[in-house]
Amino acid sequence: MTEPALVVEGLHKTFTLHTQGGIQLPVLRGVDLTVHPGECVALMDPSGSGKSTLLRAIYANYRPQCGRIVVAHDGGRMDMAGAGPRELLAVRRRTIGYVSQFLRVIPRVPTLDVVIEPLRAFGMPREAALERGRALLERLRIPERLWSLSPVTFSGGEQQRVNLARGFIADFPILLLDEPSASLDSAGRAIVVELIRDARKRGAAIVGAFHDREVREAVATRAVTLHGEEAA
Amino acid sequence: MAADVPLLRARDVSKLYGARVGCRDVGLDLWPGEVLGIVGESGSGKTTLLGCLSGRLVPTSGSVEFMLRDGTVVDVLQLSEPALRKLARTDWGVVHQNPRDGLRAGVTAGANVGERLMALGARHYGRIRAEALDWLDRVEIDRGRIDDWPETFSSGMQQRLQIARTLVTRPRLVFMDEPTGGLDVSVQARLLDLVRGLTADLGLSAIIVTHDLAVTRLLAHRLLVMRGGEVVESGLTDQVLDDPQHPYTQLLVSSVLQP
Repeated sequence: MTEPALVVEGLHKTFTLHTQGGIQLPVLRGVDLTVHPGECVALMDPSGSGKSTLLRAIYANYRPQCGRIVVAHDGGRMDMAGAGPRELLAVRRRTIGYVSQFLRVIPRVPTLDVVIEPLRAFGMPREAALERGRALLERLRIPERLWSLSPVTFSGGEQQRVNLARGFIADFPILLLDEPSASLDSAGRAIVVELIRDARKRGAAIVGAFHDREVREAVATRAVTLHGEEAA
Repeated sequence: MAADVPLLRARDVSKLYGARVGCRDVGLDLWPGEVLGIVGESGSGKTTLLGCLSGRLVPTSGSVEFMLRDGTVVDVLQLSEPALRKLARTDWGVVHQNPRDGLRAGVTAGANVGERLMALGARHYGRIRAEALDWLDRVEIDRGRIDDWPETFSSGMQQRLQIARTLVTRPRLVFMDEPTGGLDVSVQARLLDLVRGLTADLGLSAIIVTHDLAVTRLLAHRLLVMRGGEVVESGLTDQVLDDPQHPYTQLLVSSVLQP
């Protein structure tokens, strides 16, 4: 079997709310997860149980108290839980793509530029990146007249598709998908399914939270709970 | 290998004003192409730290090292006055909160941009003017205003002119003190876009002091949170804003609307 792309071991994350009397919210209590290239693992827990927290911790957006998050990066291994800021930025540039439900961009930057940013950060020349960006926006059915506009004023569904374009434009070896089909219509969901399958075929290791059962069943190769049980 | 040396490295920088603490024991590394945000409330020591890093204030103790274009590292605090001035002219830029502190009132907009080039030895009038026009374009100031006085500009235009004046000489490191403070939101967005584009395209590094967390979200790779002159938390910008650890950072983040 190939080497795993991602290994999470004994991950704990507790939030301490200092502004609310120091309340402690333990969310992740010893999560283990191994994902190989070409796999798409669906996290199966009910909402509020920590799926997003786990995805954010893997992306190093949340900082866990203990545990390891080892990713295959640049031919070596990197523990995201112990890496410094420069290493984390390098992993985000080259290894891990993350699609959330929220789009945060500088107002006024055209959609096409927002979409190709990950490729530019990767070092791809602008023209080649633009070509790829246009093709992907077309595939995601964002009308061409919107490409030169900032996505800030787009509808929820359009913003979600811009998010998807940003996540899928570069061939990240690891993809984290937090409800990638939220606020999409059925045509949009079908495109997401296609994108995820294509990413798997090229060998991406994918972890996602998909509340949409149809999408989940179409893309997941395995479903697990945060307690490590294999789910149906 | 130059890429493995930070552009700017500060260690244990303290600035005391008698018994009062400006900043205490601050350390940081800034890497080429990186934008570092420094946040905290008024009086938290942000501007003092910026002054110490940019050679405008002499720290009470600590060290600040800067890597020159040829890869040699100099101790900023040990530089002679002329050497420091040269560095400030060639490699550094400062964008002040109040554009009037960074612009010269007695000369035209074009001359404000051009004279920084002349200070570096440019003499060809046509080329200097062409460069000035190019920079007015970049900061979206109408070319027709090149011979106008800065005082006839709106504050947003003055701020953009100050940025053009600062960046025309292609500095490698820019210090910005509340660059979007006092600007209305549409102008703010335009400035953010401009600064982000310039850091990405020119490989510029920047240290941005601000109390506006939304600005740091969009511009800064990393954040330092200051309180009472000390750094209480640091990390990637999204880590600090989405998963703040220190009680003060949590208060700061929870006190604003949608950072």
